[in-house]
Amino acid sequence: MAYSDKVIDHYNNPRNVGQMDKTSDEVGTGLVGAPECGDVMRLQIRVNPETQVIEEAKFKTFGCGSAIASSSLATEWVKGKTVSEALEIKNTDIVKELALPPVKIHCSVLAEDAIRAAIGDWKKKNGVGEIEALAVAAH
Amino acid sequence: MSNIANGVEVPAGVSLPIYMDNHATSPLDPRVLEAMLPYFTDKFGNAASRNHSFGWEAEQAVETAREQIAKLIGASAKEIIFTSGATESDNLAIKGIAEMYRERGNHIITQVTEHKAVLDTCKRLEKYGYRVTYLPVKADGLIDIEDLKRAIDDKTILVSIMFANNEIGVIQPVAEIGKLCHEKGVIFHTDGVQALGKIPVDVNAMNIDVMSLTAHKLYGPKGVGALYVRRRNPRVQISAQIDGGGHERGMRSGTLNVPGIVGFGKACEIAREEMPAEAARLQALRDRLRNKLESELDYVEINGNMEHRLPGNLNMSFVYVEGESLLMGINDVAVSSGSACTSATLEPSYVLKALGLGDDVAHSSIRFGLGRFNTQAEVDYVADKVIGIVKKLRELSPLYEMVKEGIDLSKIEWAAH
Repeated sequence: MAYSDKVIDHYNNPRNVGQMDKTSDEVGTGLVGAPECGDVMRLQIRVNPETQVIEEAKFKTFGCGSAIASSSLATEWVKGKTVSEALEIKNTDIVKELALPPVKIHCSVLAEDAIRAAIGDWKKKNGVGEIEALAVAAH
Repeated sequence: MSNIANGVEVPAGVSLPIYMDNHATSPLDPRVLEAMLPYFTDKFGNAASRNHSFGWEAEQAVETAREQIAKLIGASAKEIIFTSGATESDNLAIKGIAEMYRERGNHIITQVTEHKAVLDTCKRLEKYGYRVTYLPVKADGLIDIEDLKRAIDDKTILVSIMFANNEIGVIQPVAEIGKLCHEKGVIFHTDGVQALGKIPVDVNAMNIDVMSLTAHKLYGPKGVGALYVRRRNPRVQISAQIDGGGHERGMRSGTLNVPGIVGFGKACEIAREEMPAEAARLQALRDRLRNKLESELDYVEINGNMEHRLPGNLNMSFVYVEGESLLMGINDVAVSSGSACTSATLEPSYVLKALGLGDDVAHSSIRFGLGRFNTQAEVDYVADKVIGIVKKLRELSPLYEMVKEGIDLSKIEWAAH
């Protein structure tokens, strides 16, 4: 299979590899995929409690080159965004940026899932979901 | 002059890319090419032309090749039927025997790690009312001869068990199978593609009745294969699957691929002369590769029996690293992976799964196929390259990190997707 230059670049020079303290309230962790399926992504974000801006993102991925590139790109994209901005990242944006072929679309889906899972974890730790729900109810 | 490819120095005498996928196909030996060349040009005759020298010359060349091939497997030349390759040979053998012996019975026995040319042929016969038993294999890839004994019944007409597996190189107990089949009066077919020219094959000592062969796995040309069909004790009959001019004793019509056949014969002749030395050399290289990888990496698993194995085969899983990402990192080395991502079906290798490997371990597998033209310098380069990439990818692997932290991955509820 021929990979795009961007996939090769992320594979050769993955951005933001590592882990953060998942017990910290500021850190949200998303672990998605399954070893039997051939890909597992762990994406972590550290959110500024004041501004809700994602100041740091880390990942580790078990998977093919496209899965590694999708998660590496996801960490780059979420950094500097607020939590609600990060939730707007769509898998189709990742497909487009990395020029993923149809058989690799699931890698981008997994990366989107990883972002959502990490944000979900952070929200749960900080009770953010409930506050938003209350805010919606007040309208 | 040495240069650097992705951080690993390329030693003198090694040129990239390195071909180490000799179970898929092998390069043509220059001596084989030399033997073939005249039959493309000056000696272009049709081997079936009986009334002029062009035809006689071609026929003579074909008969020489038949002898060369027969000699390598202890057969007589008349027992060799030429085909287009092993897939056709498997189809001809299984369908041809099923059709010919339909009145005797409708039961066929094979096993789960066969090549698709055998499995899919058997599946088709099931649609036509044949009953097929697919024997399981043990964790080391070998069938249990007791399973075979139990599976044979009074309707069994054919046992088709491969000689050596194309993914894990495991050699089945062919002589035992042949003996059992002859005792029970059942025809024994074996797909001998990976074994031919790599390990000793003797159709009489091993009681093989029918054997599929191909040229391109032993440094011959693609597009030419053969079927060995026993002529006595017992005489095996096969219904032709391609009708026409009645070539090849009526079993396979079609004008013969004379240059290809000449090449096939030459390849067998070379293999017969060089097999002992070549097998020893390849096994030493294979063990060197294995030892290097195992000494530098943890969580490495060998897939399949190491004792009953082709000398040039190594199939290893680098657990917690996905196979396709590993191949991507060693893109100047041609090997194969059992990973789903490298297959057309997006399913991990059915052969590895048949050994009882989890999908996760199958995804992490690499098949190294060493051949005649691989050198020790290449093996050392490939080993260093794989070690470097596996270490790098494990730095990226959440699974490796979790295992190192003592987490039991089987206890995690993974969200399958």
